[in-house]
Amino acid sequence: MNSIIKTLSLIVIAAGIILVYSAAYIVDETEQVLVTQFGRVVGKPVTTPGLKFKLPFFQVANFFPKNLLTWDGDPGQVPTKDKTYIWVDAFARWKIVDPIKYFQTVTNELAAIERLDDIIDPAMRNLVTSYPLVESVRNTDRRMDTLESVMDENQKRVQYKVDLGRDEITKRILKQASEKLTQFGVELVDVKIKRINYIENVREAVYNRMIAERNQIAEKYRAEGMGEASNIRGEKEKELQVIKSQAYKDSQTVKGEADATATKIYADAYGADPDFYAFIKTMEVYKETMKKDSTLILSTDSDFMKYFKGIEQ
Amino acid sequence: MNWDWEKLRQNQQKFENKREGGGPNMPIPPQMDELLKKFKDFKLPGIFLVVIVLLVLFFGSSTFFTIKTEEVGVIQRFGKYTRIVQPGLNFKLPSGIEKVTKVKVKRIYKEEFGLQSDSATSNYRAASESSSQGSSLMLTGDLNVAVVPWIVQYKISNPSDYLFKVKDVRAILRDMSEATMRTVVGDRSINEVISKREEIALAAQQMLQHEMDQAQSGIKIVNLEMKKTNVPGPVQSSFNEVNQAIQEKEQTIYKAREEYNKAVPLARGEAKRVIKDAEGYAIDRVNRAQGDATKFLAVYKAYALAKDVTKKRLYLESMLEIFPNLGPKYIIDSEQKNLLPFLNMGTGSSSALQNSFLKKSE
Repeated sequence: MNSIIKTLSLIVIAAGIILVYSAAYIVDETEQVLVTQFGRVVGKPVTTPGLKFKLPFFQVANFFPKNLLTWDGDPGQVPTKDKTYIWVDAFARWKIVDPIKYFQTVTNELAAIERLDDIIDPAMRNLVTSYPLVESVRNTDRRMDTLESVMDENQKRVQYKVDLGRDEITKRILKQASEKLTQFGVELVDVKIKRINYIENVREAVYNRMIAERNQIAEKYRAEGMGEASNIRGEKEKELQVIKSQAYKDSQTVKGEADATATKIYADAYGADPDFYAFIKTMEVYKETMKKDSTLILSTDSDFMKYFKGIEQ
Repeated sequence: MNWDWEKLRQNQQKFENKREGGGPNMPIPPQMDELLKKFKDFKLPGIFLVVIVLLVLFFGSSTFFTIKTEEVGVIQRFGKYTRIVQPGLNFKLPSGIEKVTKVKVKRIYKEEFGLQSDSATSNYRAASESSSQGSSLMLTGDLNVAVVPWIVQYKISNPSDYLFKVKDVRAILRDMSEATMRTVVGDRSINEVISKREEIALAAQQMLQHEMDQAQSGIKIVNLEMKKTNVPGPVQSSFNEVNQAIQEKEQTIYKAREEYNKAVPLARGEAKRVIKDAEGYAIDRVNRAQGDATKFLAVYKAYALAKDVTKKRLYLESMLEIFPNLGPKYIIDSEQKNLLPFLNMGTGSSSALQNSFLKKSE
């Protein structure tokens, strides 16, 4: 009798444990739970963590993540508005905000990611295709140091002007996709362009363009160097002319003044007796000019020879 | 946890000894019959005892745990976050009620992007090209392609956020890091990407930290470091050429400057020489003039005393000096006319001329 009671009580205890075990469930910080009864949603979703209870057996706890989830897009080729084929890889972050809708429409994460694929990818393509490449690459209108020559600066500025920028484009992708995702109980937190690049074929052409651009810049530098060198040489020539002519001017002035002074000195001195000066100077000139190779024909008429023929005349 | 196993074994042995004490193999003294019966009655509670002891040991051992110095423990009671425990020996309610997750908060983790080792560590959704190349190739603001490798060092600053707010923190960090780096590089020209790495690293770090904060990832970016940024291989030579051209430009200019510096000071010196020369000439000229004037005046003074005689004397003295030095001399009577044509004029000079011609023709 005793043993029967014992076994019975044991069974009861065991059953109790099983019941409690089936009724209780633990919600982690990262989870939220939807309780369903024969597949039908019962009550509000449980979003706070801790130990929770439900009806045993009849009710099932469905766990969904509550934290931030990642969606990584399939990288794909997209043409931009300016007909450049680029390769875009985007990713997004999302959350389950309405577990009931989520449970009813997609059930699990794998299916949800498929829906996200279906919605975000086209939204991204739409927007990237609708704008020139530079809109997806640049974020602001920030002025860049491009090494370009001053001449074509205006042209470059126009070409690289940005109306929207990457942030705005991703915001628009987010907006377009978010509207379609609310029906799945999913909130898209953000969409970001992870990678953006030229496709293989285009890249070759871009490299060539870069090379051409660099060559042009290199030539520009060389030309600038030569131009500047010519300028310096011109400066040099000019400087030389200035220096030389100034020196000539100064020296001529000095010489002229000296000549003037000398002339005055001579005039003052010789003015005392111009006749005597003429005589003296003539004598000097004779001395200077009459040399060995000079032939002299003297007439007896001359003053010098006047005594040659006889004394009295 | 050796010791509790030992305890368990001891307990088991004790219990087994008890059982074996009443085992069938043992010779049973008749007076032990009742005792044996009692033991048999105790059999059932005995099993319970073992179970209870095992349970107590199991739960007991799960109530304390050690946290290493570089970690903290995040404790959840029935899944709900309750507290953070610091390094050392710690206690909690038995497992099943409280759970501890150890998070290495002091450790600095590293993620690499676009480096060679990158492809080995990342297990990413395969791109159409190798991962390391893909993550470092990016478009610059002037629509050029640059190769930008970098590393991100981070640590976990908020363990509870790190564990609970984001599903895969590392994936988000990697994705965000690539996205922010491209945003920063996308706003800069290829030149800036190559020459202003520090600036880019700083901007990217701030932006990345902001994004990670917004996502409540509990991560602090310790450092974002740019490795050698470059242009893609095929384009490198043309970039080098630009650098070379810059050097050439400088060189050409320096050369011209050198010429300038060589010529101009020389010309200045030359100019000074010319002026000094002129000054010399001036002094010479004036001195000579003064000398001449003084001499003239002195002679004149003497001459003025006896004009006629002195003049004649001077004349004759001069003639005396001149005549001996002269060549052929002819004296012609003043009455003779037309003698000149018969004279062989300038024999000396013409023969000398002939001589010089002959010499030349030789």
